[in-house]
Amino acid sequence: MSTLLSLLVGVLVAASVYLMLSRHLVRFIFGLVLASNAVNLLIFAAGQVARQGADPPLVPPGAALPGGAVANALPQALVLTAIVIGFALLTFVFVLFYRTGEELGTVVPEEMRAAEPDPSGAPPAPGPGEEGP
Amino acid sequence: VRVALYWPVVLPFLTGVVVLAASRRPGLRYGASLGGAVLHFGCVFAIAMETAASGIVAEQAGGWPAPFGITLVADRLSAAMAAIAGFVGLCVVVYSHADISERLQGAGYHAFLHILIGSICGAFLAGDLFNLYVWFEVMLMASFALLVLGQTRAQLDGGVKYVTINLVATLLFLSGIGLVYGMTGTLNLADLHLKAREAARPELMMAVSAFFLTAFGIKAAVFPFFFWLPASYHTPPAAVSAVFSGLLTKVGVYALIRLYTLVFPSDWIVAHPLLLVLAVLTMVTGVLGAAAQGEVRRILSFHIISQVGYMVMGLALFSPLALAGTVFYLLHHIVVKANLFLVGGIMRRAGGGFDLSALGGLYRHRPGIALLFFVPAFSLAGFPPLSGFWAKLVLVRASLDAGHYAVAAAAVAVGFLTLYSMTKIWGEAFWKPAPAGADGRDPAPDGAVSPWLLVPSAAMGCVTVVLGVAAGPFMDFSMQAAADLLSPEVYVRAVLGRVP
Repeated sequence: MSTLLSLLVGVLVAASVYLMLSRHLVRFIFGLVLASNAVNLLIFAAGQVARQGADPPLVPPGAALPGGAVANALPQALVLTAIVIGFALLTFVFVLFYRTGEELGTVVPEEMRAAEPDPSGAPPAPGPGEEGP
Repeated sequence: VRVALYWPVVLPFLTGVVVLAASRRPGLRYGASLGGAVLHFGCVFAIAMETAASGIVAEQAGGWPAPFGITLVADRLSAAMAAIAGFVGLCVVVYSHADISERLQGAGYHAFLHILIGSICGAFLAGDLFNLYVWFEVMLMASFALLVLGQTRAQLDGGVKYVTINLVATLLFLSGIGLVYGMTGTLNLADLHLKAREAARPELMMAVSAFFLTAFGIKAAVFPFFFWLPASYHTPPAAVSAVFSGLLTKVGVYALIRLYTLVFPSDWIVAHPLLLVLAVLTMVTGVLGAAAQGEVRRILSFHIISQVGYMVMGLALFSPLALAGTVFYLLHHIVVKANLFLVGGIMRRAGGGFDLSALGGLYRHRPGIALLFFVPAFSLAGFPPLSGFWAKLVLVRASLDAGHYAVAAAAVAVGFLTLYSMTKIWGEAFWKPAPAGADGRDPAPDGAVSPWLLVPSAAMGCVTVVLGVAAGPFMDFSMQAAADLLSPEVYVRAVLGRVP
C-alpha cells in the first residue's frame, strides 16, 4: 500500500511540475491542484496510515483510551487542515488569475509585463507556436 | 505585568473583526484600527521586556502537555522580532491614514493589515512545525489580499508572480512537514531537537531538511529563489510595501534560523557551507540588481534581497558573534527597510513620482524629507555611527574570525555598492534640480505631505539613530539571543519541562 501511494505521489508531482512549467496560467492552476493533492497523499503515506493490523482510532463508549493497536489519527488531522487551507488559497488563485486575464488580456506569464515594463520598449518575444512579426 | 503569549496573535484578529464590522464608519474604523495597533504593540513590548530579563517563556495552549498540544514559545529572538513587528504595524497603521485611499480603507485594508501582523507574530511564537505552517498560510493569505487590493494592472501582474511562487514554497514546506513527521513522529520543535539526533537514518533527515531550506529560502528571497520579490514589491501602495519589505522576508529568515539552530543538528557538514555560498550570491546579485534600476521602490526591493544575504551569512558562519550579528541585523533592518518605503511614499507625494528621472530638488525645497531619507538610507549602506554599520561590522568581524576572507570582502564590497545605490537616489531625487516641466520653469517639489505620513517615518528614524548611537545594550541583547540559539537545551527544557 505504501509503495502504491509513493508511486502515485511521484506521478502526481511529475504531472504537476509539467503543467506548472508550461507557461500558461490555467495549466498552472491545474498543476497546483495536482501538487496540493500529491502533498496531502504524501503526508498520508508518511504517517503510515496503512500499517497492518491497526484498528481505526475510535474510543469505545465508557472508556478513556482506545483498546489495542490503533492507526495514528494525526496525519489525517494534518491533511484535513491542509485541505481546508489549500481550498481557500486555490479559490483566491482562481479569482486572481481570472481578474488578471481580464485586466491584462493575456494568461501567458511571459507577456505579462505590466509590473516590470521592458526598459528597451521592445514587445515580448513570441512564444512557441506563435507567428513571429 | 505578565502578558500571555497568545495575545499578540489574538488581539490583531479581534481588531480585524471590529474593523470589518465598522467598515462603513470611517472614524470608528480608523480609531479601532489605531487602538488595536497600540494595544498590540504594548503586548509584544511587554513580552519582549520579560524575555530580555528571564530568557525564555513557553506556554501550552489548552493545558495539553508539550509534545502533544500547541506550544507557544518566546525566546529573546522571537520576542524581539514580535516587538519589532508590532512597532512596524503601529507605524504603518498611522501612515495608512493618509496613504491609503478611503475606498481601500473601507474595503477591508485595515482588517487584512492586522491579520497580517497577527499571523507574523504567530509565526515568531509558534513552537511546532505545523503551527508555523498555519501561520505562514494565514500570512500569505493576508499578504495576497493586501498586495492586489487596488487591482491595478501592475498589482495584478505582480500579484500573480508573488502568489504562484509562494504557493509552491508552501507545498514544499508542507511536504517537509509530512516527511519529518513520518520519520520522527513529532512536530514539536523542542521534541524534534531530541528526535532528529536519534534518527535511524540521519542522511534521510538531511535530505528532508532541503525541503525546508528551499521553502524558507523562497520566503526569505534567498538566491536563486528571489525573482518574485522585485516583480511584486513595488506595485502596492507605499504602506503595504513597507510592511512586506520590513517583515515578510524576515519571517523566512527567522524560520531558517530556528530550524537550523534548534531542529537540525549543527554538525551537519552540508547545510552551513551551502548557506554561506547562497548568502554571498544573494548579497551580490541583489545589490547588482539594484544598481540597474531607476525607480525608487524597485531599487529598494532589490536591496531587500541583498540585505537578506547578510542575515543568512551570519546563520551560515554559525559562531556566537555571527549569530549575534544576524539578530542585530534583523532588528536594524526591519525598521530601516520599512522606513525607506515609507519615505519613498513621502517622496512621491512631495516630488510627484517614484521615478528618479521625475524627481529632483527635494533637498533644497524639502530639507525635512531629505533628513527622513538620509537616516535609514545611510544606515542601510552601513554608514557609521548608524545602526547598519554595527550590524555589518559584527558580521564582517565574524567572517574574518572564521577565516572566510572572501566572504568578508564580499560583505564589504556589497556595503559599498549599497552606498552607491543610496547616493544615486540621494543625488537624483534630492540634489539634482527638479526636472523642467512642460512650460520650461523649474518646478519646486511642493506636493502636500500630511503629518500622518511624516510622524511614523520620523519615529522609525529615531529608532534607527538610537540603535546606532546606543548600540551597546542592543548588541549585548543580541549576544544573549545568539547564546540562547546556540544552546538549544534551554529551549527544550522550557518547552518539555525536563533536561534532555
